[in-house]
Amino acid sequence: MSTEKKIKGQTRNRHRRFDAYQLLFLCLVFCLIALLGTILCTIPENFPGLADTVASLQEQSGVESPVTAVLLNFRGYDTLLEVMVLLLAVIGVWSLTKAPVSNLKTDISPVQMGVVRLLTPVLCLVAAYLVWQGSHLAGGAFQGGAILGAAGVLLLVSELDWLRAVPAFVLRIGLILGPLVFVGTALCCLFFTGELLAYPKGTAGWLILLIETVCALSIGLTLALLFGGGRPEDDVPD
Amino acid sequence: MIFHVDSASWIIAPVILPLIAGLLCFLFNRKIFIIALAAALANFLVVCFLIWQLLNFGPMRSYIGGWQPPLGITLRTDGPALLMLLMTAITGLGVTLYARGYFSHRISDPVRAFRHQRQQRYFWPLWMLLLTGLNGLFLSGDIFNLYVTLELIGISAASLAALSGKPASQRASFRYLLISLLGSLTYLLGIVFLYRTCGVLDLTLLRNLAGNESGMGAALALLSVGLLLKTALVPLHFWLPPAHANALAPVSVILSALVVKASFYLLFRFWFELFAPIVTMPALNFMGTLGAIAILWGAIQAMRQHRLKLMVAYSTVSQLGYLFVAFPLSRITEGAEVWSIVIFMALTHACAKSAMFMAAGSVYLHLGHDRIKDLGGVRASLPVTVFAYGIAGVSLMGLPPSGAFIAKWMLLSSSFASSQWWWVLVIMTGSLLAMIYVFRVMSQFFVIPEGDVLDTPEPLSPLLEWPALILALISLFLGLFAPWPLHILSQGSTGLALIFPGALP
Amino acid sequence: MITTLLYSLTGLILFGMGFFTLIIHSHPLRKILAVNVMGTGVFLILVATAYIPLGQGEIDPVPHAMVLTGIVVSVSVTALALILACRVQETSNITLLKGTKQSEDIKETGA
Repeated sequence: MSTEKKIKGQTRNRHRRFDAYQLLFLCLVFCLIALLGTILCTIPENFPGLADTVASLQEQSGVESPVTAVLLNFRGYDTLLEVMVLLLAVIGVWSLTKAPVSNLKTDISPVQMGVVRLLTPVLCLVAAYLVWQGSHLAGGAFQGGAILGAAGVLLLVSELDWLRAVPAFVLRIGLILGPLVFVGTALCCLFFTGELLAYPKGTAGWLILLIETVCALSIGLTLALLFGGGRPEDDVPD
Repeated sequence: MIFHVDSASWIIAPVILPLIAGLLCFLFNRKIFIIALAAALANFLVVCFLIWQLLNFGPMRSYIGGWQPPLGITLRTDGPALLMLLMTAITGLGVTLYARGYFSHRISDPVRAFRHQRQQRYFWPLWMLLLTGLNGLFLSGDIFNLYVTLELIGISAASLAALSGKPASQRASFRYLLISLLGSLTYLLGIVFLYRTCGVLDLTLLRNLAGNESGMGAALALLSVGLLLKTALVPLHFWLPPAHANALAPVSVILSALVVKASFYLLFRFWFELFAPIVTMPALNFMGTLGAIAILWGAIQAMRQHRLKLMVAYSTVSQLGYLFVAFPLSRITEGAEVWSIVIFMALTHACAKSAMFMAAGSVYLHLGHDRIKDLGGVRASLPVTVFAYGIAGVSLMGLPPSGAFIAKWMLLSSSFASSQWWWVLVIMTGSLLAMIYVFRVMSQFFVIPEGDVLDTPEPLSPLLEWPALILALISLFLGLFAPWPLHILSQGSTGLALIFPGALP
Repeated sequence: MITTLLYSLTGLILFGMGFFTLIIHSHPLRKILAVNVMGTGVFLILVATAYIPLGQGEIDPVPHAMVLTGIVVSVSVTALALILACRVQETSNITLLKGTKQSEDIKETGA
């Protein structure tokens, strides 16, 4: 027991020894933040921003929600690259490790099973609603995708191991479907109108909905697979 | 018509081609090298075409989605952007071939063939998406879009750095990921300050707006700190050597030759284009001083290393310093010279450093280790690789006729012209130190091992040796063809337009 | 006006807190959390920025879109960093979560 106390005392001492540096660093960070804060306060708040520009072009964007218009029409290129960032995270995770095998083979309780049965369809419905709603209110591909991802995670934690049941090739198709449709649509626009992602007149609303739906599916799968924590067993040949 | 030779729509190709290739590389399991090689080749051809277009029709702008700034995102080509693209395309092609040779060699070894197959399987999509990010960054004309491309680069680079699976590489990669994220967040905070001050995100519009001085200053400071972290300028370089030295050989090449250049390029554009009116001489001198410290510190560390790859990684730290020494010399010399010095440095360093890392990787494959004191006898078994190493070394030292010689010459002459003689001392000392660390390894290559001669292992595939030599030769002869890249640079370089306002199109 | 400023300053303070923790602590999990707190700080400032032109019309949607992009990026990086931290823990003897391992060590030395 005495040794334990001694060790604890030593750690406390060690902490105390570093406190001076920590305090100095804390002061430094505080000064920096104070400086940035002061500058932030002095910036005059009369800039126009882009709100008026967005509002004036809203009608041409094909959707009613300004945020969706910015995300998928005015700055769609950013969103395309962002979807790629998500995919990249999955590739990175898969390159690092295999999905851990859960060693809990116990029966799942009927209550949890009931909840899963009840919640999964509801979650899917909510996701579909969020994607649909994205055209005129807050919502869209990422929000819908997040809900779908939650459904996938719920299944995973309930020992319904779809990660192992679905072949890796199918998972990969699901992952790249969203980005691929996005790029495909962008390229089609390039052929028809001469600019990447410039939707032909009158089709913007439908094309945005198409992109959002497919991307929501891929994003949901991506998030669930990130939770899965590694590549499926059969992803690498042999 | 859309696909006329003078159409601006071609600008998008260097981004979209590797992007699609990356998706396909991820989807398929077999023959992915063909996809990647096709994309790298097509990328090279498209970049050549874009340069031709620039020379004939001038700088281009493509408004994505047909939305003009301030709302939409602009992609633009000009001299500096296209030269960086060309650097990426050439090095990228070399790396693609080298990586093929590297993985084939390792997979042919039955021990741990599965692991190497797995590494190859994920290397190609990650590399293609990294290429997408790099090309997107060089072309982008929107400050927030640059943030997204930086993230694309950061995540793929960190994943690539961890690919070898060794504990050391994973620890280094974890630190790299955190540092890169810290850099991105600081950069994003800088964007917030900029948006608060100016209310737009387009680089061209930002340049023409004279905003609140202190807001712009804070934005510049934050953006610079974020990018300096990613560029690994001393004293923010601590993450670079372990990450670069512990990665797989093709990955080291990519990280060292291309990834650090991307954030440097942004830094340079910001300091000399976007924020040029508010940049002060003390700030430039500060950057120059950091660069000088980097040159000396990196070189001294490189001399002290016992492993070849670590030595090459520290040499990157040192060489990056030269790029920053050009900062304080910019005010005195004419604008064209600064651009050419820096772009020349970046080009030669990319080619020479990739050749050097390729050579180091081949030596590692050949011997199974890269301890500098046990490198004896390599000259006899890997003559092409040793030759490539030597030529790349000549380029790093800055001997004529390499491009680095031209760049260093311009640095020296402008520091004499502006009577800032202390930079001369730093540059000369740096070159001398480079000579020492390059020759220290070179002399070991020529040592004939005593006693038992190594049982001759099978010769390396030509893919492992020739890309290194060709890249080294490019870096060596860049000095002879200097007028050609200079001509490209002078085409619509917006930096020039700023310094000579009459030159604006 | 004052609300915007309040949110912005809170965001800055969060950024600073995250930065402090990131540098001071060596534990991988704390570092990841610290970076996330920093990110949240930046997003808070961005959201506050969107409300500045409130007087002249509607809310600026561009910073909103930027925040959404930022969140997605931060989720991706966090996932990757967590898996990487797990791998580092598996291959070396760093403990990710203070669980059984450390207390056992102490018990052993105590005995």
